[in-house]
Amino acid sequence: MIALERVSKTFPDGTLALDEVTLEVPRGAVFGVIGRSGAGKSTLLRLLNGLERASAGEVRVDGAALSALDAAGLRALRRRVGMIFQSFGLLANRTVAGNVALPLELADVPRAERDARVAALLARVGLADKAGAYPARLSGGQRQRVGIARALATRPDILLCDEATSALDPETTRSVLALLGELNRELGLTIVLITHELTVVRAICDEVAVIDRGRVVESGATDAVLGDARHAATLALLGEAA
Amino acid sequence: MSGWFGNLVWGDIAVATRDTLVMLGASLALTIVLGVPLGVLLFLTDRGRLAERRWLNRAAGVVVNVLRSIPFVILLIVMIPLTLLLVGTSLGVAGAIPPLVVGAAPFYARLVEQALREIPRATIEAAQAMGATRWQIVTRALLPEALPGLVSGATVTAVALVSFTAMAGVVGAGGLGDLAIRYGYQRFQTDVMLVTVALLVALVQLLQWGGDALARRLDHR
Repeated sequence: MIALERVSKTFPDGTLALDEVTLEVPRGAVFGVIGRSGAGKSTLLRLLNGLERASAGEVRVDGAALSALDAAGLRALRRRVGMIFQSFGLLANRTVAGNVALPLELADVPRAERDARVAALLARVGLADKAGAYPARLSGGQRQRVGIARALATRPDILLCDEATSALDPETTRSVLALLGELNRELGLTIVLITHELTVVRAICDEVAVIDRGRVVESGATDAVLGDARHAATLALLGEAA
Repeated sequence: MSGWFGNLVWGDIAVATRDTLVMLGASLALTIVLGVPLGVLLFLTDRGRLAERRWLNRAAGVVVNVLRSIPFVILLIVMIPLTLLLVGTSLGVAGAIPPLVVGAAPFYARLVEQALREIPRATIEAAQAMGATRWQIVTRALLPEALPGLVSGATVTAVALVSFTAMAGVVGAGGLGDLAIRYGYQRFQTDVMLVTVALLVALVQLLQWGGDALARRLDHR
């Protein structure tokens, strides 16, 4: 389980990105954070694997306080928390298999086990035939599948998705979301995704938090929040989607 | 004088060619060895980067800029005491190498920094999110991703070094440029001038062609 307890984040330039955010993500849930760009979603997601540090409050993953982790502890945490990105973040000069193998190389997993895991992951995301290809040769949807395989290589129990489908067309978005849904069910993977698109939340999220100017303004089960929207920010998102 | 090309002493030209190649090879190798870490330092300590250290970044930047702004001919002369200390002589091929490296390494470091900046932030963030140490990020993600740029930069630097070696004739370093000045220019032996310049042009062409081909092969973007 992931918990944020009155978490605030102020950047060195004085910007208050998050303002006393309190949230709980239940284990095994697909949890969406939705808001406009600049609302603080990206900062919130980066707090969960320590890419950003909270200025105040506490982030806990399975009870462990992230503020108490040293550099080695943080790296160990990151192997249990995979992450995928809007622009994929693949290494252009590594093949598809090389990209998926990278987190295993970093963790000193022996060659034979690495190869076996990479092959299994690529088969799982439907890219077994692209192992030797370079990312530039793939479509956007295929690249994100490589990103997902790579994020799962160290067998994390949490997956963070940073606008993971925003660069994809609607059909590809649906297939990537379907894959994420399957992984959630098969592996019991907890998924936290941030998005500005209501369709993504509707398609996959069990729970959702609406964030506006650094504050969580509404949260709860997706149907309840979207079916009975009260806050102006939520209504605005619904209005755009309508 | 026996007409055109009568002044040519092929033995001298062969020695001069060898000297140029030795100066180029040794100074390029050392330039890369020093320039890559310096470029990584400039990149990592910059604002918003993995090891942000503003004062260190500024200090390194000033050193690089100062060294880059000294004309190479002047550098050759002001470096003489240091060169003596390092290689025991300020003359000949050995005496030319320290100033060549000091002249070229800061230039190459800037090209390395530039190549690293071209790597998308998401790529670096992804490596961080996998649990990579800073050293692993540099060695497993940054440098391999920047490799085509590092090769292109080394090519540009090698071409600059060829013209630097010609000036190194001032300290009696030998080489093709030295031959062109002493015989071709000072003794009006136009044929020597023409042959040495032709050899320098051929060398630059080869370097550029080889460097471009290698960079292309390494680049999968």
